[in-house]
Amino acid sequence: MLEVSGLWTKAGGPVSLNVRPGEIVALRGPSGSGKSLILRAIADLDATEGSVLLNGIPRDRIPAPEWRKKVALVPAESGWWADRVGDHFADPDAARPLITSLGLDADALEWEVNRLSTGERQRLAIARALVHDPQVWLLDEPTAALDGNAARSTENVIREGCGRGAAILMVTHDPAQADRFATRSLFLADGRLSEMSAVQ
Amino acid sequence: MSGYLALSYWDLVLASGFLILNAVLSLWLQLGLARQMLVAAVRMVVQLLAVGLVLKAVFAAGSALVTFSLAVVMILFAGREIWARQERRMRGAWGPGLGAAAMTVAGTLVVLIALTQQIGADPWWSPRYALPLFGMILGNTMTGVSLGLDTLTASLWRDAAAVEARLLLGATKWEAVRPFTRRAMRSGMTPIINSMAATGVISLPGMMTGQIFAGVDPTEAVKYQLLIMFLIGGATALGVVLAIVGGIWRLTDERHRLRLDRLAPPTGPA
Repeated sequence: MLEVSGLWTKAGGPVSLNVRPGEIVALRGPSGSGKSLILRAIADLDATEGSVLLNGIPRDRIPAPEWRKKVALVPAESGWWADRVGDHFADPDAARPLITSLGLDADALEWEVNRLSTGERQRLAIARALVHDPQVWLLDEPTAALDGNAARSTENVIREGCGRGAAILMVTHDPAQADRFATRSLFLADGRLSEMSAVQ
Repeated sequence: MSGYLALSYWDLVLASGFLILNAVLSLWLQLGLARQMLVAAVRMVVQLLAVGLVLKAVFAAGSALVTFSLAVVMILFAGREIWARQERRMRGAWGPGLGAAAMTVAGTLVVLIALTQQIGADPWWSPRYALPLFGMILGNTMTGVSLGLDTLTASLWRDAAAVEARLLLGATKWEAVRPFTRRAMRSGMTPIINSMAATGVISLPGMMTGQIFAGVDPTEAVKYQLLIMFLIGGATALGVVLAIVGGIWRLTDERHRLRLDRLAPPTGPA
C-alpha cells in the first residue's frame, strides 16, 4: 500500500520501506536518528527527495491536502489552534466513539485545550487524525505519555485499525511494545534503515 | 492664506527651553533619559531643517524628475524602516523587498488617484502637494505593513505546530494559516482604526491644525483632513493585505507545506 524509496531527509538517507495493508511496522532507532523526519517526509510536511507511492500512485499526482487525509500523521507533539477541544474536529459527533475507545470521557470534546494533560492531548490528537479512517497511519510515539490503561486502549485502537486494513508505521522507543504487536520492526541508524527479525 | 503668522528663530529657542527643563529634571531625578532626549532633539532639529531646505529647493525646481527622485528616496527609507522593525525576517531579497513592495504599490496607487482625481493641482505631480501627501501616506502604510508582517512571521513561527496540525488534517495552506492571517491583519490595521476613532475628539490632526493656523476656514481644513484619513486608511489596508498575502505565499509552498526554513534566524527588535 505505502511504498517509499530513495527518501532523503535532513538526517540522511536513502531510506526505502514498504507497509502493506493490515500491517503494523515499528520504526525504532536512537534519539535524533531522524525517525520523526521520515514520518514528516512521508506526510509531505517537509520538502524532501525521493519517491512515495500510495497504492501505486505517486504522491505528486495527489494534491497535498488529499494526500494527508489518506496518509495521516500524528506527531509526537500535537498542535492546537482553538480554545475548545471540539473545535479541532471537523465532525465532533463522529469522533465520540473513537474518543471513548481511547479511554477518554465522551464529553472531552467540551474540554478546554489549556487544561488537558499531556496524555489527554496525545489521545485527542490521535482521535482527531484517525476519525475519518485514513489508509495509512503514521504514528510518532503514540503511547509515550500514556499510563498503563491509556496505553492499552490506544494499542487496541491501533490494532483495530490494522484489522480494518490500514497500513500503520509507528515510531516507538519501547522494544516490548514493538514485540507485542508490530508485524515487523525497522531500525534506523546513521540515516539508514535495516530490518530487524520479528522475534528477538 | 490671510493671517499667517511667521515664527522667528528666537521663538523656537524660547520653546526649546521646555525641553531643556525636561533634561534638567531627568538629570536631577537620575532617570538616565537626558542623553537620549538630547540626541533625539538634535536629530529632530537637523532633520527638519534639512527637509525644509530640500523641500524649498524641490518646490523651486518644479521638476518632475526631481520630485519623483525624492519620492523614491522616501520609499527607500521607509522600506528600510519596515525591514528594521522585523523580528523574524525572511531570507534573501524577500526580507527587505516584500514590505517595501507592498507599501510602495499601495501608497503610490492611492496617491496617484488622489493627485489626479481629487486634489487636481497643476501639474498633477506638483511637489507642494505630491510630496507631503506621499509622506503622510507612506508613513502610515509603513507602520501598518511592518506591524502586520512582524505579527505574521512571529505567530507562524511560534504556532508552527498548530498550523501543521491543520495541514495534517487536510487543510489547504490558506485554511491552515487563517487564524494567523486574521491576527496579522488586525495588528496592521489597529493603529489607523484607533486614530480614525480618536481623531477630532481626542486629537486634532497635525495637517488640519496646520491649515487652520495658516488661516484656512476650519470646515475646509476638515475636508482636507478627511480626504487624507480616507487615503491613509485605504493605502494601509491595501498595503497590509498585500504584505500578508505575499508573506503567506512565501512561507508556504505549492505542496501546502509551512516553509519556516525561509525565515532567517531571529534578530532582536531593532
